This record gives sequence, C-alpha cells and structure tokens, in this order.
Amino acid sequence: MAVQENISRRHVEALLRDNEDGILGRWVQISNEPLRGRAVENDTRKELQEIYHAFLRSMEDPDGASELRGLLSDLSRSRARQGFTPSETAMAVFGLKEAVYEFVETDGGEEALRGFIWLSRTIDGLGLYTFESFTAAREKIITDQTEQLLELSTPVVKLWEGIVAVPLVGTLDSARTQVVMEKLLQTLVDTGSEYAVIDITGVPAVDTQVAQHLLKTVMAARLMGANCVISGIRPQIAHTIVTLGIEFGDIVTKATLADALSYALRQSGVQVAGMRPGRAAVRAEEA
Amino acid sequence: MDRVPILKIGDVLIVSIQGDLDDQSVLTLQEDLADRVVATGAIGVIIDITAVEIVDSFVGRMLSTIAGMSRMLDAETIVVGMRPAVAITLVELGLSLGGLRTALDLEKGVALLSRHGTQGTSDLSAVGL
Amino acid sequence: MSHPPAPRTVEELTITSNDEVVTVRQKVRATAIELGFSLVDQTKVVTAASELARNTLVHAGGGQANITIVQNGARRGIRLVFSDNGPGIPDRQLALTDGWSSGGGLGLGLSGSRRLMDEFVLESEPGRGTVVTVTKWTR
Ligand SMILES: Nc1ncnc2c1ncn2[C@@H]1O[C@H](COP(=O)(O)OP(=O)(O)OP(=O)(O)O)[C@@H](O)[C@H]1O
Ligand SMILES: [Mg+2]
Repeated sequence: MAVQENISRRHVEALLRDNEDGILGRWVQISNEPLRGRAVENDTRKELQEIYHAFLRSMEDPDGASELRGLLSDLSRSRARQGFTPSETAMAVFGLKEAVYEFVETDGGEEALRGFIWLSRTIDGLGLYTFESFTAAREKIITDQTEQLLELSTPVVKLWEGIVAVPLVGTLDSARTQVVMEKLLQTLVDTGSEYAVIDITGVPAVDTQVAQHLLKTVMAARLMGANCVISGIRPQIAHTIVTLGIEFGDIVTKATLADALSYALRQSGVQVAGMRPGRAAVRAEEA
Repeated sequence: MDRVPILKIGDVLIVSIQGDLDDQSVLTLQEDLADRVVATGAIGVIIDITAVEIVDSFVGRMLSTIAGMSRMLDAETIVVGMRPAVAITLVELGLSLGGLRTALDLEKGVALLSRHGTQGTSDLSAVGL
Repeated sequence: MSHPPAPRTVEELTITSNDEVVTVRQKVRATAIELGFSLVDQTKVVTAASELARNTLVHAGGGQANITIVQNGARRGIRLVFSDNGPGIPDRQLALTDGWSSGGGLGLGLSGSRRLMDEFVLESEPGRGTVVTVTKWTR
C-alpha cells in the first residue's frame, strides 16, 4: 500500500515537473477568474510560482513543508489586507487541483489517477490551512485597527500643573472605557498630577458596565494617591446611574469641566484671580 | 529570605520594597516596622512600592495592618508609588484598602506627612480601625 | 496541517513552600509576557496566580501548578491549573463569596481571581482535593 502510494506520488511529481508551464499558466487563470481584475495577473503568477516550487520541494523533503506553509500564510495575509474573502483565497489554492486534473486526464493512466487522488488530498489540507491563516490574519488586522481607533479617540490633556483631564466624546463601550482608564492613570504618574477630571459632557448615555469602569478608575486613582472629579453628567445619565443602583459614593461630581477645574485648583491650594466662589454650586443646581 | 531595610530620615521611617517578596518576608517586614516605630518614636511611615509589580491580598492586608498598628502608636502610614496596573488589579480583586493614605511618589508622601503631622490626626481616626 | 494546535504545557511546578509561590508568580509572568499580554493583563494574571498558589499552600498543605498555552482561533491564552490532594472545599458557593474565609483571610482570593481572569472553574471534593482552572485570553 505504502509502496503503491509512493509510486503514484512519484508519477504526479514527474507530471508537475514536466508540465510546469502549462499547469502554472492554467492555475493562474483559474485562481484569477473570480477576482475579476482585482489581482494583477503578474503578481498572482509570481506568488503561485513560488508556491508551486515550494510544493515540489516539500514532496522531496519533508522539511520543505514549513517553507510551503510560510508562503501560504504570506498569501493569506496579503489577500486579507487587499480585502479578499477567505473563500476566494482558499479557492486560489484549490485551483491547483483543477489545473492538474486537466493534465491527468490527458495522461489517462491509472498511476496518474491514483497520484491525483493523493495530490487532491494534500491540496485540500493546504487549502484549509490557507483558510485558517487567512482568518487569523484578518482577526489580527481588525484588532490592530480597533486598538488604533481607541488610541486616537482618547486624548488625555494636562489642564494645569497637577491637573489632567480626559474629555470623553461619543458612545462609551466597556473596551474603550478601559483604555481610557489605563491611559488616564498612566498620565497621572507621568505628569505627577494629583487631580484628574473625567468629563463626560459629550457622552450621550452610559450603561452599568461603563459606569462601573468609571467608578473603578476613581478607586484606582485613589490607591495611587490621586483624586478624580467627574464632570458633565447629564441629567439623563444621573438618572441611569441612580436607577441602576450604582453606588457612586463620595465621588466628586461637577456640572461642567470649568467647575471641575476650579474645584481641583482650589483643592490643590492654587489661588486664581477672578475665580468666583460658589459658581460650581450655582451651575450644579442648573443642571 | 530577604529582609527589607528600613531607613529613618528625621521623624519618618521609609521602606522601599524591591522585588518579589515571599509571604514570610512580608510578615517579617510588618513586625520590624512595628518595632522600629516604637523604638524611634517616628511620626510617620512611608512605604514606597514604586518597584512592586503586584499587590495581592496578602501584601494588601500587610499594608492595612501596618497602617493600623502605626496609627495606634501615633504614627501615620502613607503608601506611595503604586503603579496603575497594580491599582487597577487591586480594585478588580476587590481590595479597597480603606483607611490607607496614598501619594503618587515619595516627595508627595513626605509633603503629605508634614502637612498633617503638625495638625494632629483627628481626620484619621475616622478612617477604619 | 489544519487541526488546531494542541495546548502546550510550559511549566509544571510544585507548591510546597513560600519560595515556590514566588516561583509560580515569576513563571506565570514570563509566560504572560511571551504571549504578549498588556501590562495590566499581565498584572491581573500574576495576581490571580499568587492568590491561587497561596490557597494551595495554606489551605491544602501544598500541591501543583501547571502553566499551559492555549489557542482559540487567532487568540492565544494562558491557562493555569492548581491542584492539590488537600481537604477540599465543602461549600464551593460559600468559598466563592466575597469576604468569606474559613480562616483569618480576607476571603478575596477565590472570588477576586475569578474577576481577574476570563474563565474560572473550581472543582473540589471534600476529603479528596481541589482543582482550580483559570484562563485568560489575549485581547
Ligand atoms: N485549595 C484549597 N483547599 C481547601 N480549601 C480551600 C482551597 N482554596 C480555598 N479554600 C477555602 O476557600 C476559602 C476562601 O478562599 P479565599 O482565597 O477566597 O480566601 P482566604 O484564602 O481565606 O483569604 P485571602 O483573601 O487571604 O485569600 C478559604 O478560606 C478556604 O476555606
Ligand atoms: Mg486565599
């Protein structure tokens, strides 16, 4: 059985070697068909030729398999980045079967057919591998982009010596709030600031999880030796927090960012000319 | 087992924890500190944990215990330099360390002590223990 | 070629002394760094490991810690298994309650580790021992 398989394999190997130009040309054609010009023919040819050669090498030498897998991963990664679907990418690999089959048909011999069955199984494995590495590559791209977005949308600014603020705008989800929390706390250390203002004027709504994250940020800041003030809580959000039964405890809240700043300045002993005492209280009543 | 050195500067004892302490070393430090507060009549203890990579419930409890003990001996404890990752983890673990005073760094911790040291400890009696 | 990679055990450690609890923390940290966990997540994993290793030592008189790398799609994770042949936990619900301790502890080790990790499984049979399995995935 093993001997038989070996003979069939050799046969296919010879077939692949002798008809490289023909098979490769057909393969390129087949795998480009569904893409309708999205891939450049020359690029595809170069990619597939490399894979073709690596495939032949892997048949001679089992160590060649890792090189082949590497090339398939590269193919998956580049196609994922160009926006191809995983099936389109896997089909590119399966296309080799079809291309070879046409030559096996011409050969017509029993050895060729048996060899083809073996080859077919091998290519199926490679196709699946491509599918998997494609999915992995795309997940990586998505997480990278999400992280970049999170980074961009959370500016922590220094308002004054010893006071930093993070103005939050837009919908807060749990992941983003967590990023904000970490960045804010790190900024406290980096700038030696004892006060942090979290301004949520631009946040339309908060859910339980987000409120919990805010609360945890305040508690973590305290453990580090800093104080947080939350400003800009809309009546709606205040209502949510109360209804959800979240204990905001003795956390300092102010109506506006300006009120929060003047509170922090007063607490840290800074005297500011023209600062009207009582303003915070008035604003808080308006809100 | 490492013994953590305790420095005395003026009326204040300063401990800087370096590296990963096993539980026995943590307990030893706790006892050593109590002894030194009594022996020196220090008014403050500063525990610098800038170099500490994790605070679990055991170390957390040690910090609270030291704060409680020194308070009874009329000294105030301030924990300084807790890293953000450590603080976030502690909150998630559920340890609030209520009653513990904290500061961002050693300098701010010393400033906090001198601010409160002369005013007595009226506002501290309210915080736990 | 297409089957998912098998979990890879990186460390099998005994927990019979305070020193070995420290070793568990250090090995867990090294593995978490190797897996590319963020600093905050590293800290969470190591803290949970510290709590669970101490429980194994203090409540069961010693046991074992296994550190394994696991994979789910593109995400990799760290899985820690703490096992012992100690007295077991008669009431697991109670043991997982914040603030409940059979001794003088804070009672936050088990419940806190559950919050710090993504997955938490507590198996225990009174008189036979306890196995705690926790997992955290890279983000
Ligand atoms: N491996 C174990 N074997 C037997 N009992 C255990 C084990 N782990 C935990 N327990 C039981 O569960 C209880 C709760 O554990 P948990 O770690 O939450 O609190 P603790 O160890 O008592 O205090 P700490 O907050 O200091 O960890 C313990 O008091 C103990 O009775
Ligand atoms: Mg415990």
